[in-house]
Amino acid sequence: MVEVRLDAVSKVFSRSGEPAVDTVDLTIRDGEFFTLVGPSGCGKTTTLRMVAGFYFPSAGRIFFGADDVTRTAPNKRDTGMVFQNYALFPHLSVAQNVGYGLKTRKVRGAEARRRVDEALEQVHLAGYGGRRIDQLSGGQQQRVALARALVIRPRTLLLDEPLSNLDAKLREETRLEIRRIQREANTTSIYVTHDQAEAMAMSDRIAVMNGGTVQQVGSPEEIYRRPANRFVATFIGRSNVLELPAAGAGPEHVDVTGPDGVTLRAAAPSNHGLSAPATALVSVRPENIRLTVPEVAGSLRATVVETEFTGMSTNVVVDLAGTELHVAAVQVPAGLAAGATVGVVLPAEHLWVVRP
Amino acid sequence: MGGPAVSVRTSPDPVAEAPPAAPARRLRGGAITGSRWFPYLLVLPLALVLWGYIVQPMLATFFESVGENAGDNYTGFLSSDGVAQQSLINSILISVASVVLCGVVGVAMAFLLRRFQFPGRGLIEAIILVPAALPPLIGAISFQLLYSETGILPRALQQLFGTEEPVLAVSGIAGVLVVHTFTMYPFFYLAASAALRGLDPSVEEAAYNLGASRLRMWRTVLLPMLTPAMVSGALLVFMTSLASYTAPLLFGVDQTMTMQIYINRTNGDMPLASTYASVLGVVSILFLLAMRWYEGRRSYRSQSKGVASHRREVTNPLGRWLAMVGSLVGVAVLLAPVATIGLVAFSRDGSWTTQVIPSEYTTENFRTIVDDPRAFEPILNSLTISAVATAGIIVVGVLIAYAVRRLQFVGRSLLDIGVMLAWALPGTVVAINLIAAFSTGSVFSFGQVLVATFWIMPLAYFVRFLPMVFRSTSAALAQTDPALEEAARNLGASWPRAFLTVTVRLVLPGVVAGALLAFVHGVGEFVASVLIYTSQTEPISVAINNSMYRFEVGTAAAYGMLQIVLIFIVMLVSGRLERGRSSRSAKEATQWAG
Repeated sequence: MVEVRLDAVSKVFSRSGEPAVDTVDLTIRDGEFFTLVGPSGCGKTTTLRMVAGFYFPSAGRIFFGADDVTRTAPNKRDTGMVFQNYALFPHLSVAQNVGYGLKTRKVRGAEARRRVDEALEQVHLAGYGGRRIDQLSGGQQQRVALARALVIRPRTLLLDEPLSNLDAKLREETRLEIRRIQREANTTSIYVTHDQAEAMAMSDRIAVMNGGTVQQVGSPEEIYRRPANRFVATFIGRSNVLELPAAGAGPEHVDVTGPDGVTLRAAAPSNHGLSAPATALVSVRPENIRLTVPEVAGSLRATVVETEFTGMSTNVVVDLAGTELHVAAVQVPAGLAAGATVGVVLPAEHLWVVRP
Repeated sequence: MGGPAVSVRTSPDPVAEAPPAAPARRLRGGAITGSRWFPYLLVLPLALVLWGYIVQPMLATFFESVGENAGDNYTGFLSSDGVAQQSLINSILISVASVVLCGVVGVAMAFLLRRFQFPGRGLIEAIILVPAALPPLIGAISFQLLYSETGILPRALQQLFGTEEPVLAVSGIAGVLVVHTFTMYPFFYLAASAALRGLDPSVEEAAYNLGASRLRMWRTVLLPMLTPAMVSGALLVFMTSLASYTAPLLFGVDQTMTMQIYINRTNGDMPLASTYASVLGVVSILFLLAMRWYEGRRSYRSQSKGVASHRREVTNPLGRWLAMVGSLVGVAVLLAPVATIGLVAFSRDGSWTTQVIPSEYTTENFRTIVDDPRAFEPILNSLTISAVATAGIIVVGVLIAYAVRRLQFVGRSLLDIGVMLAWALPGTVVAINLIAAFSTGSVFSFGQVLVATFWIMPLAYFVRFLPMVFRSTSAALAQTDPALEEAARNLGASWPRAFLTVTVRLVLPGVVAGALLAFVHGVGEFVASVLIYTSQTEPISVAINNSMYRFEVGTAAAYGMLQIVLIFIVMLVSGRLERGRSSRSAKEATQWAG
């Protein structure tokens, strides 16, 4: 419905002096499902609350399309927010909760009833309008909160960890639902979560935040395959980051010397700025590392430290010349156990140079 | 004042204070003694006590009121020209006005202290209940000394502005309302404060997010969610105001129900006094039932976990400055009553006439009330009567609480209601009931006439303050797992042994806190005493009242200081006892059982 733009937004809470959010620039495109992900305390919720208007930025501006809403009161912003704890009005029925935003928008009578029914149907709660909030399960409450935010057809939908109070199975079902409903309504949505898997599964684009700053913005695939720095590489998925000496560099690659002295070519962002004597940080995903028998040519010799069978794959921790390496292997050599010697293959096409 | 006393820990707190306690597991009779008749063996004497000293006297009063002329006394309430109807109307109007005033003050205070952080907030919160903790008579006197035509503040303003008349002096009904507001707003404050604490701030944010203006958010979200707290606060204030006796007495408002009871009794028209007492009793019981009904309804607690409401820091310099000044004024206003009594206690009797504050000071008042045997007698009386009453209260209160919480028997809720009746009845009505019931010999007085004897005094205190021990014990019992007693039984202890060594031991802090409170309220008792005392049994409060009549203000205040010091000691001690238990139990101590 509208593009949301954050222009160098910072927030300093008076007590500390440390900025909770530090010069964040973001553009969320019209109709996009955009996720802010990061560990707790990274400033993602603060950023969302500034978009909602519950905090005013200490510096910077926020735009909804062409409107500067930086200092606009929350009730004048026309956003629909789904709170982490749902924040349903306990003294109102389900239908009254959903209809609350319509009332403030002077939508009354049959039209209001029709839209409330529609919204409840959309979240599969048709017929629940007369229930009290405490008669609903957690998942149902979550859907009422979603219906309440959507029924007003807000300019942007804001979701603050809406799934964190649900159990694992319900969480997966609900995230599909949220995405389906968002696509149908084509509402610009900002989603906050600390769960990187959730972020990957749901989002059109993701902003990874840490320590109040945005580390990287990109599609889930970009962020996964081309992490900008060590933090992103290890927070999204569980990447191995190897510190290897650079032997040479091209515009989009760096040649590094591997643990056994063999030179490996790792892809790198175009402005990596690395040259021969420097140390390069090379990220490689656990599932991209292959395990072989030790004698295979091109493999590095490593010792198995630990194995963990998860069903889909086996997580193996190996010691490669003093560095611990996490490997997620679908197939493992027979008789693999702690102490065994294995061959490790680091495929050049999956090596990626990250910034510190 | 009078009626259910307002006090820090025992005010029968409204629903919002805590969610209804999960019903304690009750033992079946058989599990305890092997006989299912056991509960009845324990309960029968208790039921007899409640019947004999609470219910039966109430009926005696009713029979007294219709005795000679079959209900003629009641017609006064129907005719519009007469004292009776006017008194009822006045009492109700005063109560309604008190509810409104206490509601505004109490809710505003709760909002200020819960939602804002400003210099002086902590101090205000610490002393906010002080005016309400004063004993009823001395509390009302302190407000009279402060705010009436001869009071300190109006005279000080008169001198300041050089006017003819004292400025801002309150008298009559206005005076009564000032006393009520200061002493009863805690009912609203505590309820609203607890409700606000339990309120999830994101619910407010949700309303804003959906486009509600501040006003609409208040109207459609905050106020509806505070309604349960406010309704129970309102019911309590209404009941307490209706029972108020000392405030109308001191500000000379004769045409109220309680005053009419007192006046008719002292004029010797017992049937008419009984009529007023019966009407007041019935109204009080109706309110009690309304409250019981309302407490059964749910209150709105935060449904989410781990979200604390933030206090908004007052940051703008002007706001901070105003807050500071406001806090200072608040502290002064809250401490003024105690300070006044303290000051006046050191004034020479008869020396304070038209000055703003007393002109001559002495420590003689304190020496007199301790040294002079005649002046010391009221102190001794009060201590003796309260001690006797408290002893009875402990035995009966603990056993009733145990029976109601832990035993399963027919009529359990009747027992509960019996104790609540004692709490709901105004002190004036309790006194009239006892006079009506024991002016002739009865089974319950072992054939003796109790009126004008020593024994009617502790009996009245027993009836009035029994609910305190009952309630605190019952709360402590709710915290104690019945399985502990079962474990003792399993290890071979007999029921009395298990009861004494496990249950009694564990609920002891609660019992002691309740007993101390009952004792200290006994020492401050005035409302019932003034109707039933004799010159041999004159308690402290009556001595204070009589001193005031003789213009011995200093002596009166010295007695008052004694009561106040005792109250604060007890508050400290019971605070200690409470801290020993969980914070949850402290909350529950303020709640009715069942």
